[in-house]
Amino acid sequence: MAKLILLLLELCIIFCVVHAVFEDQVGKFDWRQQYVGKVRFSHFDTQMQSSKKVLVATESNVFAALNSRTGELFWRHVDKTGPEGNIDALLHHAQDAILVVGNGRVLRSWDVNIGGLNWEVLLDSGSFRSASLVGQQGTVKHVAVLKKAFISVHYLSNGHQKWIENLPDSETVDYQTVYSGGNGHVLVLGVVPHSHITIVVYSMEDGEIIKQVSVEAPWLSNIPASCVVVGQGILMCADSTTMSLNTLDLHQQTQMTQIPLQSLGLEADPDFHPSLMSHQPNAAQKPLSEFFLQLGPERYLLLQLNNGQIVTLRDFNPALLASFATTGEKTVAAVMSPKNKTVSKSQISLLFLDACSINLFSADTGRRLLDTTLIFTVDPNGGKPEKLHVQAFLKKDDSVGYRVMVQTEDQTLTFIQQPGRVMWTREEALSDVVTMEMVDLPLTGTQAELEGEFGKKADGLFSMVLKRLSSQLIMLQAWIAHLWKLFYDARKPRSQVKNDISIDNLSRDEFNLQKMMVMVTSSGKLFGIDSKTGAILWKHYLDNIPSNAAFKLMVQRTTAHFPHPPQCTFLLTEILYISFFFFFGGRSQVTPPALPQPILQSLMLPLMDQDYAKVLLLVDDQYKVSAFPSTKNVLQQLQETASSIFFFLVDSSQGRLSGYRLRTDLSTEQVWEVVIPTEVQKIVFVKGKRPNEHVHSQGRVMGDRSVLYKYLNPNLLAVVTESTDMHQERSFIGILLIDGVTGRIIHEAVQRKARGPVHVVHSENWVVYEYWSTKSRRKEFSVIELYEGMELYNSTVFSSLDRPHAPQVLQQSYIFPSSISTMEATLTEKGITSRHILIGLPSGGILSLPKMFLDPRRPEIITEQSREENLIPYAPELIIRTEWFINYNQSVSRVRGIYTAPSGLESTCLVVAYGLDIYQTRVYPSKQFDVLKDDYDYMLISSVLFALFFATMISKRLAEVKLLNRAWR
Amino acid sequence: MARLLAFKAVIIINVLFSVCTDLAYCNNGRRGGDPLETEMSGFSVPLEHSFELDDVAKFQSRGSLLLKTGREPSVSLAQNQLSEDDRAKLKEVAAVDGLYRIRVPRVFLQADRQTEWQMEGYLTAFVRACAMVESHLSDVITLHTDVSGYLIGVSIVTLPGACRGTEVEDEVDLEVFNTTLSIMAPVNAPGPETALFLERMEQESEKKGKNPQEQKSFFAKYWMYIVPLVLFLMMSGAQDQSGGGAGGGAANGGGR
Repeated sequence: MAKLILLLLELCIIFCVVHAVFEDQVGKFDWRQQYVGKVRFSHFDTQMQSSKKVLVATESNVFAALNSRTGELFWRHVDKTGPEGNIDALLHHAQDAILVVGNGRVLRSWDVNIGGLNWEVLLDSGSFRSASLVGQQGTVKHVAVLKKAFISVHYLSNGHQKWIENLPDSETVDYQTVYSGGNGHVLVLGVVPHSHITIVVYSMEDGEIIKQVSVEAPWLSNIPASCVVVGQGILMCADSTTMSLNTLDLHQQTQMTQIPLQSLGLEADPDFHPSLMSHQPNAAQKPLSEFFLQLGPERYLLLQLNNGQIVTLRDFNPALLASFATTGEKTVAAVMSPKNKTVSKSQISLLFLDACSINLFSADTGRRLLDTTLIFTVDPNGGKPEKLHVQAFLKKDDSVGYRVMVQTEDQTLTFIQQPGRVMWTREEALSDVVTMEMVDLPLTGTQAELEGEFGKKADGLFSMVLKRLSSQLIMLQAWIAHLWKLFYDARKPRSQVKNDISIDNLSRDEFNLQKMMVMVTSSGKLFGIDSKTGAILWKHYLDNIPSNAAFKLMVQRTTAHFPHPPQCTFLLTEILYISFFFFFGGRSQVTPPALPQPILQSLMLPLMDQDYAKVLLLVDDQYKVSAFPSTKNVLQQLQETASSIFFFLVDSSQGRLSGYRLRTDLSTEQVWEVVIPTEVQKIVFVKGKRPNEHVHSQGRVMGDRSVLYKYLNPNLLAVVTESTDMHQERSFIGILLIDGVTGRIIHEAVQRKARGPVHVVHSENWVVYEYWSTKSRRKEFSVIELYEGMELYNSTVFSSLDRPHAPQVLQQSYIFPSSISTMEATLTEKGITSRHILIGLPSGGILSLPKMFLDPRRPEIITEQSREENLIPYAPELIIRTEWFINYNQSVSRVRGIYTAPSGLESTCLVVAYGLDIYQTRVYPSKQFDVLKDDYDYMLISSVLFALFFATMISKRLAEVKLLNRAWR
Repeated sequence: MARLLAFKAVIIINVLFSVCTDLAYCNNGRRGGDPLETEMSGFSVPLEHSFELDDVAKFQSRGSLLLKTGREPSVSLAQNQLSEDDRAKLKEVAAVDGLYRIRVPRVFLQADRQTEWQMEGYLTAFVRACAMVESHLSDVITLHTDVSGYLIGVSIVTLPGACRGTEVEDEVDLEVFNTTLSIMAPVNAPGPETALFLERMEQESEKKGKNPQEQKSFFAKYWMYIVPLVLFLMMSGAQDQSGGGAGGGAANGGGR
């Protein structure tokens, strides 16, 4: 026991670098935002009038309940990614939410109130088709799941299977829908494409087939897409070829009745496929006999089926979206129609949608309900409305009130209350961030004023003095205003102090800790987010972005060049899209160049044009180079420096790495080529170093006071390959270190009996990678460090063309007890602070592992010298210490990337982890050596200082008096 | 005196040259050219170079690489001298900071038959022509293979590598290549060293077992120091509490 205590004490002394936060610091420097993803199914919890829940199941395999008053999450369940966790159906009845997951593999029931799992059953294999609640005598007690070859019915209360029946002729008939009208029968509808519909009626009691009917329908191939059930079990199908509605009584008829649209006095868009929408308020009851028919992209009709006759209740033209909602006994139809369509003058073909109005209509008569208009303002930087989710409720006077949740193309959810008050919005696009950058905020007005003063041309002594005085006066004024605000705020209670942030009042803080995060999401929406609070400052939606597009975001001009606004370039290679925009306020005036050819490589040069924008070079597939901005000045600079501009291209499909040099006429020439045969291994990663990385110390001081110099090649590329042979004895991971300018292979190593996925961090003079060891069946870390040796070849500059000696390579490996999702190294302003490696774990934790533990010089046997050097003795296992988690209990789900940025304080590194959630925090790898603590006792130190000062004054006075007295004596 | 020194220097250089030319003769045992099979376990491939004023690569034969296949591949080189024209051209190219490129064909070193080792394409590398000139054609060429014996890359550096702008007076300096050639296969990256670590742990525990002094617990060894210390701390702590909170609070504040 005593030994243990001793060990603990020792540990405490050695690793006093504790990264824990104090309880009162929780949420002070960090924030987390949780997202659910693009909504696929949603239900309002209507069992109680006061319920505030919206159930959503999303395409990111998340099932969650949102608070309809605030938009926050009540609870959230994150399932596996990929098809295994795919949510196929969401059914909601009273307190239970039934989920079919993973192509019908699992049936789950969740308690809506607390988000707890009621039960879960595994279903027999077979591809999922449809699921439906089954009611009987006014109550819903069962759920029916239709698969390709069978149908099974389960109890809602415990998930037990009531009966399972094979479907007749399931090889030929494609069964697609299951329907129950609440009368003790379960109807399964299948189709033989271009031939007939098969209807099988099962008895609810024992699963016996009561009836089996075939109905001719040669034009039908997909029942869910073109048919609905309305009224007393009447199947209504829309046929786009003949432009007609076909009805079939599922219980009696064996022949479809065709009703041409023309006979109803309707004309359809010839290119549009008409679709139907019906509503079944309760699974125990029959569906309504009213239904919507969509006849065009902006035309809906509310129709009623009355004794086999179709009556048009109301024609909505134009209408964007329509939806039914039920509260109590009343069912209403909500229709969204565009309002104030303005045609822009420059582009007549483009219609801009400013606002939409949503109105309620009585479902049975089609009459508009009074005072139900709701205005939805369409965000000009957002997408078009896509789905309408309506929550209806009964007011005290028995009239129907409602709220709507509008889902737009950019995956935004907007919850609106009458008469158009936006209660909350959720930017679900942020659940899939692809890439991000962080930029400094601009200077404040006074700082900018000072900058302006120095920027201007000098015109005489007197005017300069005047300018100086005036700017100092402005500064004084600003300072007084600041003091006044502080004083004013201090008197108000804390809750009232508004902290609203907008683009206009954003300015750099003293230590540059607050920055702007520019995030690019896979849906094509760009966000500007304040790093301190997580508030969205601006957003911009680019429509028509392909789902697999590769995005690149580059900072072309930082905030350092007042008065030029900072500028960023957004590049999409697949569809040849390039856009320049400012960080603060929309797109730039610079016209984006047209890209005729696909872009292979883009690089940002350190050259600048007159407006301080860095030059962007784009290399197309003809190896032609174009420069942006392409002013005369830039082209001249490029010509001068062309011979020193090298770039490389990677073609992983052919295993080819090739280096090119720029010529003065902006053409290119190939200068080196390395070919890795694809039969043996494929290139998975090529990682360079970050361009904004600084390394403070050139070498490491050894135990004997000599210096081991680091090999700091800024052009070094780490190429990671994986073997094509996946057999566990023969698979390997290859690591190549290649100089990007000369193509020289600096180091080549293979990790045998290893397999991906590999994660790599390349920085300073080291490469850290993680892999799966197939031999030992565990995750392992390996670190490679490069040293020049005891002497530096050329200490002033590094040139890849003049480094003849190969560096010394040291490597060591360790066992890591967890798998990892992503990895990144911390980054600080000057590189003095020691480095940590931030590791995103699948558990949601973000681990800050000191680089000190990943050091190939960790000795096997401790000597006096290694102790002098502060090297930790080698231990094969890296231990995860809980205090290394920088996000304490704020788990980040499905972390996909970590971004690090330096702040103005050398000790502090800003970290953003993104995945399903976004988490922002600060890390201090060497503790806060340049910051006073929050609870630093200013009073004490100043009172001591004052006391000392006065004591000196008094004692001086006393000494003088004493001297005088002595002189008189 | 100065004249004498200069004279001596010339002699030394001459001697050096004769040695160099001798070396060159040794080197040029076989003129390079088309690939030809030499032995059962080896073949030769051309090493080509290019240095042009307009930097458009025109590769010419520089020599031939004799590659020994098998488990431990080795390589040797036979190369030509630079002709008069080439020397002049190289100097000109160096003057305009052009590139000196080399290339070797892609080959597979583990092949059993001759038809299998040849592959499509070349591997190229370059140095600055001025570095080539200033180093008096002393270069280091390294061929890199992958795990299964495919040649994946070639690299060339000169020794010394810098371009200082020094004039190379003598034409003879640029006649013969002084090449160091090697072939490199990937090294095996180490895995975690569990065995050694466990051995060390065992040794340590054995050492501790041998030394009974070590086995005594911390408390047993140092109780005579700890007990008075604890007593002292307890006494002072009690005093502090009775002494009043002000002093203690300040001390706390300063301490954090």
